Amino acid sequence: MEWYLPLAWGLIIGGAVAMYVVLDGFDLGIGILFPFTKTEHERDQMMNTVAPFWDGNETWLVLGGGGLWVAFPKAYAVIMPALYLPVIVMLLALIFRGVSFEFRWVAKPNKGVWNVAFAGGSIVAAFCQGLILGGLLQGIDVRPTPTNGLQFAGGPLDWLTPFSLVCGVGVVLGYALLGATWLNMKTDGEVARRSRAQAPGLLVAMLGAMALVSLWTPLAIDRIWDRWFSLPNILYLWPAPVLTALVAFGVWRGLEAGREILPFLGSIALFLLGFVGLAISTWPYLVPPTITFWDAAAAPASQIFLGAGTIVLFPIIIGYTVFVYWLFRGKVREGEGYH
Amino acid sequence: MDFDPTFLARLQFAFTVSFHIVFPAFSIGTSAYIATLLLLWSKTGAERYHRLARFWTKIFAVSFAMGVVSGIVLSYQFGTNWSRFSEVVGNVIGPLIGYEVLTAFFLEATFLGIMLFGWTRVPPWLHVTSACVVAVGTAISGFWILSANSWMHTPAGFEMKDGIAYPTDWVRIIFNPSFPYRFAHMMIAAYLTTAVVVLAVGCRYLLQKRFGEDARTMVRMAVGMIAIVAPLQLFVGDAHGLNTLEHQPAKIAAMEAHWDGSKPVALSLFGWPNAEAERTDFELAIPNLSSLILTHHWDGRIKGLKDFPANERPPLITTYFGFRLMVAIGMLFIATGLVGAWLWRRGTLWEATWFQWPASCMWPLGFVAILSGWITTETGRQPWVVHGVLRTADAVSPVTAGAVWTSLALFVLVYCVVFSMGVYYVNRLINRGPDATVTAPPRHGQPNRPLSGAGEAVGEVVHDGAMEPAR
Repeated sequence: MEWYLPLAWGLIIGGAVAMYVVLDGFDLGIGILFPFTKTEHERDQMMNTVAPFWDGNETWLVLGGGGLWVAFPKAYAVIMPALYLPVIVMLLALIFRGVSFEFRWVAKPNKGVWNVAFAGGSIVAAFCQGLILGGLLQGIDVRPTPTNGLQFAGGPLDWLTPFSLVCGVGVVLGYALLGATWLNMKTDGEVARRSRAQAPGLLVAMLGAMALVSLWTPLAIDRIWDRWFSLPNILYLWPAPVLTALVAFGVWRGLEAGREILPFLGSIALFLLGFVGLAISTWPYLVPPTITFWDAAAAPASQIFLGAGTIVLFPIIIGYTVFVYWLFRGKVREGEGYH
Repeated sequence: MDFDPTFLARLQFAFTVSFHIVFPAFSIGTSAYIATLLLLWSKTGAERYHRLARFWTKIFAVSFAMGVVSGIVLSYQFGTNWSRFSEVVGNVIGPLIGYEVLTAFFLEATFLGIMLFGWTRVPPWLHVTSACVVAVGTAISGFWILSANSWMHTPAGFEMKDGIAYPTDWVRIIFNPSFPYRFAHMMIAAYLTTAVVVLAVGCRYLLQKRFGEDARTMVRMAVGMIAIVAPLQLFVGDAHGLNTLEHQPAKIAAMEAHWDGSKPVALSLFGWPNAEAERTDFELAIPNLSSLILTHHWDGRIKGLKDFPANERPPLITTYFGFRLMVAIGMLFIATGLVGAWLWRRGTLWEATWFQWPASCMWPLGFVAILSGWITTETGRQPWVVHGVLRTADAVSPVTAGAVWTSLALFVLVYCVVFSMGVYYVNRLINRGPDATVTAPPRHGQPNRPLSGAGEAVGEVVHDGAMEPAR
């Protein structure tokens, strides 16, 4: 039990983060693509495709952060201080992004400032999420606490490295790809046409960033090199990059063939494969290179108490989330809302 | 200036949480009001209820968005600024927050989509149900967050091992001694505050002679609510105070500026608590009255501040004045409710501009009372962050003062810009008023897509504004 619980919670948190990245990924992506749009009508149309969902999407971020605290308080207590500035700036950017959904309508006709807030907030939030990812992957300095735990021992700018900047750019590009393929699926007319034109370039750029991270981490960190390239691991793990290449090819062909759903699902699959790849690289560490899932776990009683509720509530949450997406299904045309 | 990181972290948390609490408090109340209006509409079919529901939903949408974004900040601040707190009590408080997310946040956020954008897209019953689900969701959220907060005041159901809290009894943790009182007190505060806002908006329209029918509906509903709930709050608040006396006597001593435990407690009307000289300067007080309130005996004794070592006394200025401000506003609300009900009964409420004018200015007072109440209880818990378990100074993250300075400056800047814009927009929505150009859909109809049947009128308005929430 004591061995399986942290594992189960690792999967739950991992699932929540993956849900967040995919769901908020495409609506942040729409914000990232905002500056490349010409008319207010098109911006309305783009925003309308996510307006009923964005709040639910962002709740996964609260579950990711809150869940990390509940299940792995010792990791939460190290990661948050270590990545203090990118986390805070991300939260502030999300404020601008989130209120823009409402403010943009009530500010009519002076929407301009909230267009900038929406685009800027989305770009900065995505970039900070990349910095957080990079800062975590490259490892965090720790020292012992009075209560036999570990706490952050580094400086306020430890996260700032060329590597984390690359991760930041990669996440911005990846979210933009998700946003473009979402718009390709959910809109028609000029917005869909432009998104379809933007997507291949974004796909290539995101793959470039993924490749860079995938080469950089094993070369810089021996542990990750051994994980991927030692025998027999390489025999099990080679399908991961191959599958990624195949999915990327599928997205490319789907875009060329004018398919609507396939490129979006393929982009999600790319994100999930990237996520699995990172999990393989860092396993069993939650805070590389010192704290494992088991080291960081909360008391079993706490993990069981919330775990029981999670097992019951997760399917319900997924159920009504799907229901709302189904209610607001179909394309959003220019000048048309859901009313 | 050289501030210690603990002080800066406290300042930052106080700032962000104070900004935040205004919006959920208003969301709890507004969502319940909208659900009530829509239920009344489905029962009576009266157009004005639907019109008012649409109007308040626009305001709710703006306020809810501000609550969501400022709330996400808090769920991360436990880690960024209070990592030692997160580690020491995470086993106990963490799951409560986790349950808040799972049982409330997802529910609210998801059904909010239907509530804001489903006016004509879903059948009326589903829309009304969604509004009710959102209202219930906000209340469930209040349940968990107040449980977690109450545990910090009156921790129970846990044991300490190697300096870390471990849960032993979840029922005692969730329903810890101060939770029922704090929960009731805060929820009533949220509903009361919203009722005062509704009253103020209704009175503003009455004075401007606009939206007559809608204004009278709002004023009647608000006056009725305030007349019942404001006096109720007095009793709940009193019970909460007695509970605090039992579990956190130092807080009560600070709120009353009661120094000498060997003497009966006077009801201090005004004064300036002087912590260094251990007395209250310039005090105006009614002898023995607080003894009567707190102990139900004219000569009752409670612990005074001098019974606690100086390093275990809460700060006095915030607790003493915060409490007084809250009570004063509460009394004003009771008077407002009673006077309003009396005018209504006499049938002169619509002419009584002497009542309408002050009532129209009252909208911020509920929020002021909520903030001053929270400042009283939170600073009254000091020097503890978890009463008797963890001192605030031991709870802070190993983050440099420079980093906290930077983030604090950013928070102040961003919050002041964003939230003052939010208040400005809400005010603009109120000035624009309920929209009578749209009619309600048939109550028992099929889903109304735009341009189908009675939805047509709605559809038209929507087309010029694309998807403005709550048209």
